[in-house]
Amino acid sequence: MMLFTVAVLARSRNLFAVVVLSSVYSFLMATVLVALDAVDVAMTEAAVGAGVSTVLLLGALHLCRTEEAKHAQAPWLPLAMAVVTGGVLVYGTYGLPAFSDPQAPIHQHVAARYLKDGPRETGVPNIVTAVLASYRGYDTLGETIVVFTAGIGVVALLRRRRQRSEGDR
Amino acid sequence: MKDDVVLRVVAKLLVPFILLFALYVQFHGDFGPGGGFQAGVIIAAAVIFYAIIFGLPTARSVVPDWLVEAMVAAGVLLYLGVGLAGILLGGNYLDYFVLGATPVAGQHRGIFWVEAGVGITVSGVMLKIFYMFAARARDK
Repeated sequence: MMLFTVAVLARSRNLFAVVVLSSVYSFLMATVLVALDAVDVAMTEAAVGAGVSTVLLLGALHLCRTEEAKHAQAPWLPLAMAVVTGGVLVYGTYGLPAFSDPQAPIHQHVAARYLKDGPRETGVPNIVTAVLASYRGYDTLGETIVVFTAGIGVVALLRRRRQRSEGDR
Repeated sequence: MKDDVVLRVVAKLLVPFILLFALYVQFHGDFGPGGGFQAGVIIAAAVIFYAIIFGLPTARSVVPDWLVEAMVAAGVLLYLGVGLAGILLGGNYLDYFVLGATPVAGQHRGIFWVEAGVGITVSGVMLKIFYMFAARARDK
């Protein structure tokens, strides 16, 4: 189903259809993440990818034309780049340990300690929250600042443009 | 879409429940899936939904611009403040153990406020971006 969605996404020239299909893709991705037991990420994907970003894209679509412009040149170079990168990534997965292998290096480092001592040290049953907000508090602080910076970046860009267009009138 | 009775009634019914669910995700993030980021996005989605149905000016009067802009900064400041509170109470930066009577209580308190900071900033930023885009569309 995801493959089908992506194929239609790539073929479609109507940007409205593209936005709706990318929302569909996000919902499918959220389902996959639920199947992988990553409920927190699935929730984020459904809310951000399928919800808010669809609305923002529709809002942006309202400002421009809904038909994709014709490419100036044939997209062979980008296609070749994408195929090569995808091939390298798939090749890289052969070097990874098997899915849910308990002996994988990532389960041997600090994860075991988080799982063993996390509930006792923080009193928080959801390990994801414990790691995110407590053990990795600095990282989450950085993430919050990234979101903040992105927000004020958008504000700075759009507000200045509006003032300029008002000055032109 | 302001004149559609079905949409108006459904929106009025749904928005409180979406907000309630967002608060549940925010404060129940310790026990179930969720946390500040998800809750912030859901709050923003509720207001965006309201804005789509009832129009941007109505939403802007309910959640005014100054509040959204204050939220963007307040969340980060709250997060930084939790870290500073750890220092003032004799611990390291972002050290939650000193925030409560017992280490576990301190962890609970620290995680609670940090997640609240994340939620406030995320919902503020999402709303601000939506407001900027929607307002541009309306200007033309």
